[in-house]
Amino acid sequence: MKIKKTLLALLLSSSAFLLAGTVGAQELPVAEAAEAVADAVSFEDGYAAFMDSPGAAFFTISNLWLLISAALVFIMHLGFATVESGLSQSKNTVNILFKNVFIISMGILTYALWGFNAMYPGFAEGSAGVFAMGSWFDVDASVAMMTAEYADYTWYTDFIFQAMFAATAATIVSGAVAERVKLSSFMIFATLLVMFAYPITGSWQWGGGWLSARGFYDFAGSSLVHGFGGFAALACVIVLGPRAGKYVNGQIRPILGHSMPLATIGVFLLFLGWFGFNGGSVLNADPYLVSLVFVTTALAAAGGAIGSMITSWLFLKKPDLSMSLNGILAGLVGITAGADSIMPFWAIITGLIAGVLVVFSIIFFDKIKIDDPVGAISVHGVCGIFGTLAVALFSDAAGFGIQLIGTLSVGAFAFVFGLVVFGLLKVVMGVRVSPEEEAEGLDIGEHGQEAYPDFGTARTR
Amino acid sequence: MKLVKAIIKPFKLEEVKEALADIGIEGMTVTEVKGFGRQKGHTEIYRGSEYTVDFLPKVMVEIVVDDADAEKTSDAIVKAAKTGKIGDGKVFIIPVETAIRIRTDESGAEAL
Repeated sequence: MKIKKTLLALLLSSSAFLLAGTVGAQELPVAEAAEAVADAVSFEDGYAAFMDSPGAAFFTISNLWLLISAALVFIMHLGFATVESGLSQSKNTVNILFKNVFIISMGILTYALWGFNAMYPGFAEGSAGVFAMGSWFDVDASVAMMTAEYADYTWYTDFIFQAMFAATAATIVSGAVAERVKLSSFMIFATLLVMFAYPITGSWQWGGGWLSARGFYDFAGSSLVHGFGGFAALACVIVLGPRAGKYVNGQIRPILGHSMPLATIGVFLLFLGWFGFNGGSVLNADPYLVSLVFVTTALAAAGGAIGSMITSWLFLKKPDLSMSLNGILAGLVGITAGADSIMPFWAIITGLIAGVLVVFSIIFFDKIKIDDPVGAISVHGVCGIFGTLAVALFSDAAGFGIQLIGTLSVGAFAFVFGLVVFGLLKVVMGVRVSPEEEAEGLDIGEHGQEAYPDFGTARTR
Repeated sequence: MKLVKAIIKPFKLEEVKEALADIGIEGMTVTEVKGFGRQKGHTEIYRGSEYTVDFLPKVMVEIVVDDADAEKTSDAIVKAAKTGKIGDGKVFIIPVETAIRIRTDESGAEAL
């Protein structure tokens, strides 16, 4: 029965895609005809001519840099997978890794099917810039799409770079709901979130929508990626409730992560990947800007780590490793909106504040019984908002008012989407595993597998 | 035959093994265990929340010896494992009915 329900949900979403696909197909011939008239030269000749032109060198280097960045952002998904595994109990490891394998694969596919064109639509003249239809991403190779006429990179580079970002939103949710979420429900939610919701708020800014028209500034996605994921995660945790045994008789009982080495590896991988996340968001290989972004990104991460180390040592009595790891991520999320506009000194300040903020935020959410095993809501949601505001506070790229409106709009959209969709899933098919399964671990309950089957025997029936 | 069962501090295992080798003990089985006695637990902190760890990690050493060697064996363990601080562990001496060596079917003292 469970399988049937899942299939039905998938079918429904795919028929929505088909519907949109037909609309797109009707419009295509007109556009193609116009292109053909304007561009009588064949792609091969036009492309070869461009590659012989003086601009080809910068274009090629920029394009290569964005592809390297896309690969770095891909590595962040390994980072997310290891952080989440390390900060959870060993009995849920297979489940966590499975979710992460699903999210990156689903994210790339749905971004090709719908998300890319929904996010970068070129809103119609006079439209409100709020919603655009998506469709299959591919185009015919043309000089306009594959040379500097398009950008400092090709259409394909544009797609793959942005596709790597898209799945991040769902990965953030995955960490917050870990160790108790029902796998099938999570997979449906993550798909809807990445396929439909993420491109909507993304298009408001990066697609030239209403936020970008009002002067909002979010360089690489403190709000559009991290804040979005963080607030969707908050909504899901509210719908889902805390892990069994976390809050008993008004006391917080820590549920220990099973591998600090894994968590640390994950954070270092995320730190590495962030050079692509922010560095690639320059959208070309401009030597000044890319190097500035590398510096601000690293300074903020370091500031975040030191900020959280000091805070946890002073207020929690001990220098907490997992808090320091969250601090690095907090600094990185904090600088993401202004990595190219906040100058190095202020990048350190941004990181330090984010590092302090994340510790208090984690403790605050624990106090109000929002159970977030990895601190995703604090790292991505709270520091996402802070980072967006930091652009107004520590640089002159944007005003405080529009930064506040922008980050709250994106956060609110993700939050409401999460409440409604995850709430509906809860009513229709349930979003939580049974108490028995939670106690035994989701590895056995959902997958019938163990992550560490060292002791015991394997016998075929 | 006697089973000498010692629960010791993990970092003392090497010294205990050496001491037993010195008195001619040729084999033993060790297990990682957890437990508490008078030492009780200690407090740890994870992400801002304090919690008490009651069960502390120890190592259990098990050796089966001839009746005549039991005291010598336990003395060696006690001497090697002692730090004088609380939590050093305990030694139990338990009678054993017999022993069988699986490879050769030898039994009794021959099997030790």
